[in-house]
Amino acid sequence: MTQNDTSAVDYNFDVVRQFTVMTVIWGIVGTLVGVIIAAQLIWPALNFDTPWLTYSRLRPLHTNAVIFAFGTSALFATSYYVVQRTCKTTLFGGSLASFTFWGWQAVIVLAAITLPLGYTSSKEYAELEWPIDILIAVVWVAYAIVFFGTLVKRKTSHIYVANWFFGGFIITVAVLHIGNSMAIPVSMMKSYSLYSGAIDAMMQWWYGHNAVGFLLTAGFLGMMYYFVPKQAERPVYSYRLSIVHFWALVSLYIWAGPHHLHYTALPDWAQSVGMVMSVVLFLPSWGGMINGIMTLSGAWHKLRHDPILRFLIVSLSFYGMSTFEGPMMAIKSVNALSHYTDWTIGHVHSGALGWVAMVSIGAMYHLIPVLFGQGRMYSVKLINVHFWMHTAGIVLYIVAMWISGVMQGLMWRAVNTDGTLTYSFVESLTASYPFYFMRFLGGVLVVAGFLLMAYNMFKTIAAEDGSLKRVEQA
Amino acid sequence: MDYGTLRGIIAVIILALFIIIVVWAYSKNRKSDFDKAANSILEDNHKEEINKQETNNNV
Repeated sequence: MTQNDTSAVDYNFDVVRQFTVMTVIWGIVGTLVGVIIAAQLIWPALNFDTPWLTYSRLRPLHTNAVIFAFGTSALFATSYYVVQRTCKTTLFGGSLASFTFWGWQAVIVLAAITLPLGYTSSKEYAELEWPIDILIAVVWVAYAIVFFGTLVKRKTSHIYVANWFFGGFIITVAVLHIGNSMAIPVSMMKSYSLYSGAIDAMMQWWYGHNAVGFLLTAGFLGMMYYFVPKQAERPVYSYRLSIVHFWALVSLYIWAGPHHLHYTALPDWAQSVGMVMSVVLFLPSWGGMINGIMTLSGAWHKLRHDPILRFLIVSLSFYGMSTFEGPMMAIKSVNALSHYTDWTIGHVHSGALGWVAMVSIGAMYHLIPVLFGQGRMYSVKLINVHFWMHTAGIVLYIVAMWISGVMQGLMWRAVNTDGTLTYSFVESLTASYPFYFMRFLGGVLVVAGFLLMAYNMFKTIAAEDGSLKRVEQA
Repeated sequence: MDYGTLRGIIAVIILALFIIIVVWAYSKNRKSDFDKAANSILEDNHKEEINKQETNNNV
């Protein structure tokens, strides 16, 4: 079924609408599970002595829900929208697009069932067992067919840069997922990785860091290159830079994985390669960030009226912050302090809540009225409230984790004159409690913001068609 | 060929490719095409508003 649009092109927006609504729903679920496990770290009794409510099982549920349910649904929605609009043609493959929606939701539901039951391959961000892995691969190949098929039958000669980023993300995630998930099944819900020892670790973090680099970065940069210019109503700052940005980013990210394995059994030279490549990665990251933010040059006043633009631009600021922090943490001597501490958690959330979530939220607020025949969201004021709740939540979260993380790193490495450790592990844990509470508060703000967004979205959908008129700003 | 030499050659090829991409992207000939591409996503703005209203009447 396609939208009954009177314009020349009959776009398939049904699948975009489905993914858009689910993005908001999964945003609530994913961050709520995050808040629950944050609370468990302060009040361990919250697992109620129930195996499927333990931290160890809910933590992968949280990461899978925010990355693959929330983040990836947002990517499906925006890539399907952008590829149709920029190619001026409807999606290729007919009902295959609908299959990717239902298939992907099935993957998410299966994850939500199997992870709390304790089925896990124990690979971080790739915990799902082999039957689900196969379903992911099938859905992903269908996604690639729909996306690239649409590019092939495009009515425009040029392929807009956002599609390059989306395309790079789709291909690389397929390669990463299939490569890392190679396993030998021993029963319906148990398998063993094809790789062993340090090679398994290297494969895992080649996958893990490129899930960050391609899923959580390249894909969302595609989003950025369409929705920032669109919302600012100005072309991107430098189209040339965007091309150099694309090739530099995709050719460098793939090498950064070993920085997750500093001071491990991984050969030293591989660690150094990972470190150097991570440091160099700073350049394309900031090139892209500057390109996005400078799109607003000469139109900064728009930030005063437009909370959607605020979401998009602040997301880029967080992107710049975390892509400065990341290369720094990849330097071996810095990593010696930061690794295994809460600093890493802080870094991840400045990227995930700051960059990924904010750019997605901004894109969703732009998309929802367009998809449901309105000129604007039900309440622009509530978008602004959401913006401040989300921002305050992130700041509480990452500041708490920075302090806690650096403190842990310093306490763990402190030695007495006779060479014995100054602090026991439990002492560092006790010292972290106040910061865990601060993080919990930040998380509550983020979830509350998402609930507000859902309310705003359903009000917009329920409103009579065309009744919400666009507000023109001087 | 020794593996180290091969890696060296690949590194040089990649570097050359990157320089070619930069020169190509920043060449004067490409400027008007890229400007057109950058503006292409904004063109349908006007049409969109009109279509939206028509669509609303139909649905």
